[in-house]
Amino acid sequence: MTRCSNFLIMISCAALMTSTVWAIDAEPELENPTLQARYRLLINEIRCLVCQNQSIADSNAPLAADLRREVREMITEGSTDKEITTFLVARYGDFVLYRPPFNARTWVLWGTPLFFLGIGFLVFTRILRVRGNQPIDEGEGM
Amino acid sequence: MSRYLIPVMILGVLAIFFARGLTLNPGYVPSPLIGKEAPSFKLPQLKDPSLTLGSEDMLGRLSLLNVWATWCVGCRQEHQYLNEMAQNNTIPIYGLNWKDDRATAVNWLNTLGDPYIASAFDGDGRVAIDWGVYGAPETFLIGQDGSVIYKHIAPLTNEIWEMEFMPLIREHCQKFSCSYGDLE
Repeated sequence: MTRCSNFLIMISCAALMTSTVWAIDAEPELENPTLQARYRLLINEIRCLVCQNQSIADSNAPLAADLRREVREMITEGSTDKEITTFLVARYGDFVLYRPPFNARTWVLWGTPLFFLGIGFLVFTRILRVRGNQPIDEGEGM
Repeated sequence: MSRYLIPVMILGVLAIFFARGLTLNPGYVPSPLIGKEAPSFKLPQLKDPSLTLGSEDMLGRLSLLNVWATWCVGCRQEHQYLNEMAQNNTIPIYGLNWKDDRATAVNWLNTLGDPYIASAFDGDGRVAIDWGVYGAPETFLIGQDGSVIYKHIAPLTNEIWEMEFMPLIREHCQKFSCSYGDLE
């Protein structure tokens, strides 16, 4: 009985996790599968400004639909990914990209994790050095 | 001693960041258009589709471009203030009717008053994308030289007008010697 209910919970969890696959995007797929793949990748990288923690692929806001349409059109017209992101950044700023470029305004954003990694490394080596100097106490085992 | 000092310092730095974070508005995204030439557009007018309204019509004087829609609650909030501005001839106001239904929008202007010199009808929202619009109401201050001076996102009030728009207008008019005396 419990095994059965566990199984059901697992199934429902799995179903919950796949929900993003059922796309909000109601438009038919692009005929060219390569373009469709690029389109899917791009819309997952672009932030919906109305609901900021969703990409335009996840959001059903009208603006997200407009931006998806814009991306579709640019892709079918042969624009490169770079051209499309430049187009959007010129209008909405770096914030529209989930992976903003490294520049004068974003260096703190990109640099902070490295900074903390560095601090962690310093602390780590320090601890190792202090411990290394301590005599090994045989009595204090696991 | 320092083993107690370090956590306290970390706490202090965190507190500064959190205190700063509390005063920030994450919903406000600064526009990259500020200081640049206003994006050009040409759209049919809302009330009379046979006429057009475009960026060219706004050239040569300070003006506002107000992005509005009948589905937008904030637009209803600010509408009375826009009417007052139009009555007092504060500044020419142009409208960009964004992703709206034409008949509903015309009806809204007929019932609530029409503060706009004209409204452009942007039914599919393409011009709004060029202007980086993401949440109505948005109000752009357009300079005499056709540049975007400022963008305000949220209903416009007299306080915001005095605190945020007027200093920029004075500064702009010193540079371009426009008659901002009319605006006060």
